[in-house]
Amino acid sequence: MPEALATIVTEVVDKHGRDGTRLMQILREVQEVHGWLPPAAITAIAAAVGWPRARVESTAGFYSFFHTQPRGRYRVLWSDNITDRMLGNMALMDAMCKKLWLEPGRVSEDGLVSVDTTSCTGMCDQGPAVLVNYRAIPGMTPERVEHMTELIRKQVPVADWPAEWFAIQDNVRRADILLDNDMAPGVALAACFARGPADSLLAASNERSWREGVHTHSQGPSATLDEIKKSNLRGRGGAGFTTGIKWEACHHAPGETRYVVCNADEGEPGTFKDRVLLTRQPDLVFEGMTVAAYVVGAAKGYVYLRGEYRYLLEPLNAVLSRRRQQGLLGRGIGGQPGFDFDIEVHLGAGAYVCGEESALIESLEGKRGVPRNRPPYPVTNGFLNQPTIVNNVETFAAAALVAAKGGDWYRAFGTAKSAGTKLLSVSGDCARPGIYEYPFGVTVAQVLADCGAADTQAVQVSGPSGVCLADNEFGRRIAFEDIPTAGAFMVFDRSRDMFEVARNFTHFFAHESCGFCTPCRVGTSLLKNLMDKIADGHGTQYDLNEIYKLNQLLQMAAHCGLGHTACHPLFDTMEKFRPAYQRRLKSLEFEPAFDLDAALSQARQMTGRDDAGAHLESAEEAAK
Amino acid sequence: MSDVFNIDGREVPFTPGQTVMQAALTAGVFIPHLCYHPEFKPHGSCKLCTVKVNGQPASSCTLPAAAGMEVESNTPEILDKRKMLLQMLLVEGNHFCPSCEKSGHCKLQALGYELEVMTPHFNQFYPNRPVDASHHDVLLDFNRCILCELCIRASAEVDKKNVFALSGRGITKHLIVNAESGRLADTDFALADKAAQVCPVGVILPKRVGFAVPIGQRRFDAAPISAHVDEFVPVAPARQGERQ
Repeated sequence: MPEALATIVTEVVDKHGRDGTRLMQILREVQEVHGWLPPAAITAIAAAVGWPRARVESTAGFYSFFHTQPRGRYRVLWSDNITDRMLGNMALMDAMCKKLWLEPGRVSEDGLVSVDTTSCTGMCDQGPAVLVNYRAIPGMTPERVEHMTELIRKQVPVADWPAEWFAIQDNVRRADILLDNDMAPGVALAACFARGPADSLLAASNERSWREGVHTHSQGPSATLDEIKKSNLRGRGGAGFTTGIKWEACHHAPGETRYVVCNADEGEPGTFKDRVLLTRQPDLVFEGMTVAAYVVGAAKGYVYLRGEYRYLLEPLNAVLSRRRQQGLLGRGIGGQPGFDFDIEVHLGAGAYVCGEESALIESLEGKRGVPRNRPPYPVTNGFLNQPTIVNNVETFAAAALVAAKGGDWYRAFGTAKSAGTKLLSVSGDCARPGIYEYPFGVTVAQVLADCGAADTQAVQVSGPSGVCLADNEFGRRIAFEDIPTAGAFMVFDRSRDMFEVARNFTHFFAHESCGFCTPCRVGTSLLKNLMDKIADGHGTQYDLNEIYKLNQLLQMAAHCGLGHTACHPLFDTMEKFRPAYQRRLKSLEFEPAFDLDAALSQARQMTGRDDAGAHLESAEEAAK
Repeated sequence: MSDVFNIDGREVPFTPGQTVMQAALTAGVFIPHLCYHPEFKPHGSCKLCTVKVNGQPASSCTLPAAAGMEVESNTPEILDKRKMLLQMLLVEGNHFCPSCEKSGHCKLQALGYELEVMTPHFNQFYPNRPVDASHHDVLLDFNRCILCELCIRASAEVDKKNVFALSGRGITKHLIVNAESGRLADTDFALADKAAQVCPVGVILPKRVGFAVPIGQRRFDAAPISAHVDEFVPVAPARQGERQ
């Protein structure tokens, strides 16, 4: 191993205390300096953390953003959500590849650059977006492609590129209690402390007895938990589990210590509201986590931030250190003896499945992001096998408001069954894409009117794993009792081809399947191939039947939600936009996927022939 | 009705802590499986053992048995799904039974016969998976790997060597060995390892003993896999719920 690389590895592993559970951060930091992870670096990291080498390679090989092969000194990744496609990302990527004499996915001969696609980077309201060496750049234009290509050719370091390229807009279009909040840091915590006499806390002389006090007779945490329960707050990440019940289960679970984890792995295509919350209201999110720690008795919290939001790491760390100085993190928070809690930001590395809470915990532990067998659940056996709560960014922000203003205040917003507000990430065919915060119960039609959508054909709510609504359903409401959502709201007007929307989502699931269980690992790829076959004009009714059968299998046998929902977009669009599929089908009962004429294309290329006789169909016609 | 559940109309007793699969096999009821092994913790990845419990689908190898459960296993609906899973595994790798040394000893093949898989049905993926013949005693033919992780678990838990692991993700997930060179010869793997004996298919093959038992006289040639149910009965006390 070159000496420089050895030095980098030593510095990084030492910084992380040679702790294997910190492997994700170790791999990322080594790669940020060296560009990729050579075999010798993997060996050295494994030796340093005391793990078998194969296990380190196993983790490195799982995540899209880790490279065990060189990927060029400039790695350009085009976000490939359907909204980026609608904004013309493919033409721009092709133009970039042509200028650089590159094929997508290949590294240039001189090892300078590679260009490829990546799953949605959460910039749908300001696409087409790219990641360059994992730094986000929205709003790509032909001019920018031109300029960027030049900078790459001249080998100008990314740090010296025009600063305005890296500016990310918040685009908040409608703010309500969360985004309009101007509460000072510490107010929610002060409300918690004021709510109940923390008698046992004051008597506690060390962390452990404080924690034991939590679930015996400490009133402060219990009183705050009561407010959370009263608020009827439900998880904002999509599943909608009641927050109070989760916290209470963790609070009662036996364990040596407890953890609070904030799920900021906002990977659902079309969702970007957590990015905006972490930009505009980071204190509220951290305060919510601290409230949770107070309730369950946790000493350590993690924010699992998706790798696509790497640029938020430094700003978030700055807020954390300010909160430490303010006495809102660290030892004896708010002067409460024994209330010790700190937060650390952990970066992911390009794996949608890590949004599933048990996969997220595996990833936090430095492993492959594979969902665990459940039960046991994270509230009893989570991070490092200790009781752990995992909540979405928005849930923690809402919890901070509840802690400050009370459960009754909070549940007055929204509907009877869905308390509070919901942030929607609106993108696609509308005049004003961005973030809209509404009280629960808002109709789809209202959102469409507010965002300036016209001639709308369909709305995909909650991303590919959510539902696709046709225009006769726009009277439905965003609420747990009608259309639950993690926040994505993608608008498609009548010029859009809903088959291509579904096909894009199918590619997404195939790319993001963790590969643990057979039905999802193979099934999502089979689905992708079937959709491509139909797109290529070789589909028949037979292929639609196959999709139907695969859906049944995935619903029944897949290990986690990714597999269960992988067929949703196909099903919704097949049912509601059948002509989009049917006009592609050949009327035959059976049509082979193998295209004989296409198979001859290589021969045509080699012989330089492209006359009628070199094409199967025209040759056949001539014979007639 | 304590400590008994029902599977396809048959009563199956269980001891608390046992999974549905463990109790069923102990009672002589065969449930198809590939990643389950009587000596290892349940894994739940192949999904062949999917059953319906009180109408809800579940993996029987990881599901703790509970009194009064109504388990459906050999219904046309479930058998059809299991058949599809086998077909998926057959197209995912490169499986050529007639020329495979493991033919007749292979659980994938045996289950294919059991569940009447007449064709692979789906389009083949034809992955490029070079064999590793570097080791003196063992050939690794990755073409047949079904990613059940039994060799990984055996090497980690029994042999304490961690010779195997997985890399990649989704359809590109693949088995790797614990060496910078990527060659089995550069690991401490030995023929006597537990990991050398657990592969349900033909990935880990001892050298120089090919076709020692003639085809036609092999394990599953003599009797179908469902008749071997007593060989799959758990040997260790149930360890459901443990995590490494």
